[in-house]
Amino acid sequence: MGTTPFRLTVDGVEIEAIEGQSVIEACDAAGIYIPRLCHHPDLEPSGNCRICTCTINGRNAAACVTPAAHGMVIENATPLLTADRRALIEMLFVEGNHPCPYCVASGDCELQALGYRLGMVAPLQPYRWPGRKIDATHPDIYLDHDRCILCSRCIRASRMEDGKTIFGFEGRGIAMRLNVDAEGGLGETQMAAIDKAASVCPVACIVIKRDSYRVPNGERRFDTAPIGSEIEAKRKGLPR
Amino acid sequence: MSSEPSAVIAGYIQAVGADRTRLLDVAAAVQAEFGHIDDAAVHAMAVGLGMHPVEIEDAVSFYAFLDRQPRGRIRIRLSKTPISFIKGARDVARAFEQALGLTLGETSPDGAFTLEWASDIGMADQEPAALIGQHVLTTLAPEDVPAIVAALRESADSAPTALPKATIRSGLVHAGPLLSGPRERDAGISAALALTPDQVIEEITNAKLRGRGGAGFPTGMKWRLTRRAVGQDHYIVCNADEGEPGTFKDRLLLSEFPDLVFDGMTVAGYALGSRQGLVYLRGEYAYLRDSLQAVLADRRQRGLLGTRICGRDGFDFDIRIQLGAGAYICGEESSLLESLEGKRGAPRDRPPFPTERGYLRQPTAIDNVETLACAARIMEKGAAWFTGFGTKESSGTKLLSVAGDCSHPGVYEVPFGTTVNALLDMVGGADAQCVQISGPSGQALSAKDFGRRIAYEDLPTGGSTMIFGPGRDVLDIALQFADFFVDESCGWCTPCRVGTTLLKQGMEKVVSGRATLADMRQMDALGQTVMRMSRCGLGQSAPNPIISTMRNFPELYEARLAEAAFTPRLNLNDALRDAVQVQGRAPVTEGA
Repeated sequence: MGTTPFRLTVDGVEIEAIEGQSVIEACDAAGIYIPRLCHHPDLEPSGNCRICTCTINGRNAAACVTPAAHGMVIENATPLLTADRRALIEMLFVEGNHPCPYCVASGDCELQALGYRLGMVAPLQPYRWPGRKIDATHPDIYLDHDRCILCSRCIRASRMEDGKTIFGFEGRGIAMRLNVDAEGGLGETQMAAIDKAASVCPVACIVIKRDSYRVPNGERRFDTAPIGSEIEAKRKGLPR
Repeated sequence: MSSEPSAVIAGYIQAVGADRTRLLDVAAAVQAEFGHIDDAAVHAMAVGLGMHPVEIEDAVSFYAFLDRQPRGRIRIRLSKTPISFIKGARDVARAFEQALGLTLGETSPDGAFTLEWASDIGMADQEPAALIGQHVLTTLAPEDVPAIVAALRESADSAPTALPKATIRSGLVHAGPLLSGPRERDAGISAALALTPDQVIEEITNAKLRGRGGAGFPTGMKWRLTRRAVGQDHYIVCNADEGEPGTFKDRLLLSEFPDLVFDGMTVAGYALGSRQGLVYLRGEYAYLRDSLQAVLADRRQRGLLGTRICGRDGFDFDIRIQLGAGAYICGEESSLLESLEGKRGAPRDRPPFPTERGYLRQPTAIDNVETLACAARIMEKGAAWFTGFGTKESSGTKLLSVAGDCSHPGVYEVPFGTTVNALLDMVGGADAQCVQISGPSGQALSAKDFGRRIAYEDLPTGGSTMIFGPGRDVLDIALQFADFFVDESCGWCTPCRVGTTLLKQGMEKVVSGRATLADMRQMDALGQTVMRMSRCGLGQSAPNPIISTMRNFPELYEARLAEAAFTPRLNLNDALRDAVQVQGRAPVTEGA
């Protein structure tokens, strides 16, 4: 850090970045929103969801794991990328069970918010309707695997931020699922409701019990402004 | 068993120095001893390796050859590929079902047998084939099955010694300059030691050697980048995870020409300044491990591995074999590295490239078995000799694994630039309807493209060449390949994990004759999205069987299209079955 800034362009707009920033971090700082789901500013990037894929110097790459470099030419909000991202959101919707109208996270859910932002109406692909179990063994937290989108945020947060390694993946391919570090479920782990891992879930897979409706529907984060607005609000002094 | 399982497992852990990057070896040993890896074993491994159980499960649950649930002591895995089906694998499967009284996927109640399908096991030239424990059975016919099952029952343990049909043909049909002619076992490294490491890389660069796995990255450049990268250690990894359905040329190299491969690795070790080479051998080829170890031991004895190789002070280099555990994705180089480090074989994002940060985060060159064999020959005979074969952009020869509807399946060494037509004549497959070049991740060619040439600039290939004659159902073959990618997707990224399943569902609708034009367009768009958005080569090429048959066999799709503007994906009777049962009424038939 502290080195001289360099320049790159995003959809024709020139922005500044510094050594060590990923493309998504550079764009966030400049007030340009790249849609993303598995990326979290406090966690190491992992490149699971691929929503933040941009065309960088002519090749598609995930912005969260691509280091920013001088002179990069980045395409972000093109019709093709938006359509591809929308298709990925649809895939996540049909992969799990996501009943927005009665989900506790409605209005606060990044998956739902991206569906709106990217213009998803209803998934064109067939629903898979997987039968997944709820893990309610923990006194303060429940895991609703129906909602899990395998973004690995909780895995990374637990390992790196909480130093606990409560979560991991199990299986592969379409059968892959989130696993916890105990045969008897989350209740047998060292998980605590104040853990970072409990607060980073983008959907309603990890839910704190008895806490869900403090903010009523209609007044939640994405009820009032589209996802990404807080990043775009930083965009001052740049041509719009 | 005399000792406690946890003590046995502790022994395995001790044998690898409690090194967590050797988790795969420990897991394989547990699997071999106990038949599966239960919760207690996971716990014992976690304690011994200083890991969390969830991390052990994360890795172990990824691999097809490692089980968390008990299965039969004797595992019968039948190769399930379009080629094996052509050669009668379904009948063989039925014979096994009958002889064992099991249906595929089941384990016998006494825990003796599990019968199941497996992805391609590298025997496409001698299908139907099966993997029983580490034994490979080839050219099976239904009438062989009773004797096999009888022999298995008699042997009672999971490692029977003599089984009918347990012979593997070498498979070499046509040798070219790479594989013919007498050769000293140290020809490559001896020649290399007369040069400086930089000169060796220069020679490989001048030979215009490109990666034989199919991607075609210039080997000289890869070696130069690795050599120049800063790191404590430098590694050369031989990618012997030959998993592309239809390919078996590395099986030939490793069984008939192992010295050529190890000689090439030693050359690379010298060029990169490496002390350690690793062979990542696919689990299906476990039967080759002992003979490869013997060759390595012999090379050590002759001073071709170990310290002061060929008497050269300061040139210390050795090779370790790491066995895989049944995951096609591990042929992708960054997944291979993860697996080598004892983790699930999920690919890495690049940059950093393996040449900068590879195995154990150190500079690593990962080369195909055949590439390393070529490197040894280039050292021996010179770059000019090598560029004398092939085309301007693709120098040398290519080993092709040819199988399917042809008279002489096997490995063919042909110069780059050979046309598909010339190849078909050579192998006795001139009436081919479809040639699948470079496996499912490659392309399905129709006759109009048979004049094209095998070369990086026209038809790049890792070697898999599957021939489908007239009358074969090309769309059903595409569906089988789509199904293969569902099984082998690692699951890390959304487009591949979900997209492969959706593509398979789309293709099922096509094959059943219920897909409309709108379905076709949607499947095409979905395939393009999966290609553009996936993290690694697997997802980026997983739609190829569908996309390339759509392009090259449009008439077959057209003939299979439903006439209606819309047909529901849902089968109403299936969807209502539970409700009908609960209500205790008779189902209403469709259209009634």
